[in-house]
Amino acid sequence: MSPTALLVLRNGQAAPLREVPDLPPAAFREAVLEGVRDGRRLACLCAESDRRLIAVLADDGAGTLHVARTRLDEPRYPSLTPDCPQAHLFERELAEQFGIVPEGHPWFKPVRSHRPWNGAADPWDRPADLPPAVMDFYRVAGDEVHEVAVGPVHAGVIEPGHFRFQCHGETVFHLEIALGYQHRGIERALVGGPHPLTFKMAETAAGDTTIAHAWAHCRVLEGLSGVQVPARADRVRGVALELERMANHVGDLGALSGDVGFLPTAAFCGRIRGDWLNLSAEGCGSRLGRDWLRPGGLRQDLDPLRAERMLPRVGRSWLETRDAVELLWGAASVMIRFDAAGRLDPVQAREIGLVGVAARACGIDRDVRRDHPFGPYGAHPVKVALAQSGNVHSRAWVRWEELAASTAFLSAALEDLAGSPGDPKPDPLPPLAPERLCVALTEGWRGEVLHLGITDTAGRFARYKLVDPSFHNWFGLALALRGEQVSDFPLCNKSFNLSYCGHDL
Amino acid sequence: MMHILLSRWRQGHRTLPYPKTIPPLPERFRGRPAIHPERCPEGCGACAEACATEAITLEASGPRIDLGSCLFCPDCVEACPEGAISYTQEHRLATRTRGDLVASSDGEYRLAAALDAELMRVFGRSLKLRVVSAGGCNGCEVDVNVLGTLAWDLGRFGIQVVASPRHADALLICGPVTRNMELALRKTYEAVPGPKLVIAVGACAIAGGPYFRQEEQLGGAAAVLPVDLFIPGCPPHPLTILDGLLRLLGRLEGEARIGIPT
Repeated sequence: MSPTALLVLRNGQAAPLREVPDLPPAAFREAVLEGVRDGRRLACLCAESDRRLIAVLADDGAGTLHVARTRLDEPRYPSLTPDCPQAHLFERELAEQFGIVPEGHPWFKPVRSHRPWNGAADPWDRPADLPPAVMDFYRVAGDEVHEVAVGPVHAGVIEPGHFRFQCHGETVFHLEIALGYQHRGIERALVGGPHPLTFKMAETAAGDTTIAHAWAHCRVLEGLSGVQVPARADRVRGVALELERMANHVGDLGALSGDVGFLPTAAFCGRIRGDWLNLSAEGCGSRLGRDWLRPGGLRQDLDPLRAERMLPRVGRSWLETRDAVELLWGAASVMIRFDAAGRLDPVQAREIGLVGVAARACGIDRDVRRDHPFGPYGAHPVKVALAQSGNVHSRAWVRWEELAASTAFLSAALEDLAGSPGDPKPDPLPPLAPERLCVALTEGWRGEVLHLGITDTAGRFARYKLVDPSFHNWFGLALALRGEQVSDFPLCNKSFNLSYCGHDL
Repeated sequence: MMHILLSRWRQGHRTLPYPKTIPPLPERFRGRPAIHPERCPEGCGACAEACATEAITLEASGPRIDLGSCLFCPDCVEACPEGAISYTQEHRLATRTRGDLVASSDGEYRLAAALDAELMRVFGRSLKLRVVSAGGCNGCEVDVNVLGTLAWDLGRFGIQVVASPRHADALLICGPVTRNMELALRKTYEAVPGPKLVIAVGACAIAGGPYFRQEEQLGGAAAVLPVDLFIPGCPPHPLTILDGLLRLLGRLEGEARIGIPT
């Protein structure tokens, strides 16, 4: 089966469902494996009701998304994971959501600790109300090996998750991560929508990534209803997304600095992050960008006066950011810790389908804004940052370069917005077209955010899938910890800074 | 070393002068809603219909907003043809009871009262918080975290986030309390030595937020634990959270001005 048989879409493009090739299970499997062998990336693999599987392969070089479906005769199929490690968490997820068993999966465990939605038999035959992480963990045997268990409640203001380390002295042989504590049933709730809570759930899939998720959601709706967003509104969305990136990257660099005991940058960045958040609040009233976007355009426009007011604040915040972050690169005590910790092998990183900052820090040159351009990024590209070492230093450095690139985007965009009249409020969207599929990607500050919507005969969501970058990347953190000191876990963890709620949904 | 000192000089002293003065809030900030029932057209319920979390009920005296369920989004404001609901710049929102979280046209908003004399003796000058994130979107955590930065410098009020529940005086809970977090939350509460307080931060922790219909969650902290302080918002502004904490400790009366103990 040649991969050309798959339906080829652009980012955000919708297509009638009947155009998505409905392959026999064996051909579906071969199409996915061959696509991945040819260098495509498994951006999404999920199930629908009625024992259907759907796969989205991203060709980052060509800027295309390749989609295929299959219908299984039985609620089981031969697992893809042994031949395609990128599938490992997706397969566990679809087993938990729909009771479909990927046979031969090498690490077949629940993902979020809930029953299948469709009333199917639980693949693990678990008792009701079993909390997450009550299961067997991977164990290393030996008299000198000990186990460290951390969480779900952690020291600090941080979300819950359980981490199980197999240690030999201080050295970590293996880390297994068990999540699901933040699971609140978003995907299940989105079926049958859009309803009044749909947009709010999309925005709060991961609260620190409000704009990236809201934007992906808007583009799915716009694709499914055939609405074109005005260029100016797209530019404002870009401003919102880059402000979100600035705030989070600045916060991360400060926190990394704090984790190695270098207090000046930690203290400065903690405050400067607030300045970036406040710029988002200037735009829409909310520091996290709530209710800034709306399907079809913007809920709150950046009128020329407001853009003009924000411009000098961006300049000032950038100068202070640069002053604070540059201290890191000149401090030997910081550099020696950043360089020595958390190296992730680039080959493994590629195999597991890493995305975003963590991927670019391994020299994997992928960024949705360039590879699958959306909104303003085709006409106003941003420079993609890259580093090669795959360690904490590289992940910090990529963030640093992205701060500069985003500031350049923001300054140019605000200048243009200050000189162009605002858009009228967008009309409410027309109803969604029935029996269509749309996949939209955005590049959030952690990495690729994917939303996939499929409508039924009435134009309601038959399936709505969200993939937060954290879903791809948590396993990367586990791999990066191998051979590290257990005491370096906070530093390594912060260098990825993944979302628990974005994973748990 | 010199360049660090130079940066220190360039970055300057940046702790906000709060509570002596209130830091400026953005023009589009959505604080406590104001209701003008005299503008309501006869028989209109557009605001209540538009509210995704069912926070608005229509009473004889006009619309009544349950601020515990309210996401502070512009849905109702945009739905109203007459501008009967508008957001104000009022950041003070915290209350001691769930029932006080009401925005309506009649009656005064009952802001959180201070602890009683005995609890004040124990916690008044030192309150250690253990934050438990129990579902939700990490948005409230973002704005709780901010209070620890030098801009807000929570420590100067004797309030501090601690790592262990054994060291804590109070649990600060974010999120709707997912079923998957219920056991961990209960165990954390049990590990806090008494007397102890519970603070619910954000729409999720008060009423389930945008997830209020989901059976994967329990509808907020009060479903599991006795709550002493409710801080509404989605997420609440750091100023709103700090205001609530300081009111609980009797450090703010009426207006925001307080004396900081030396």
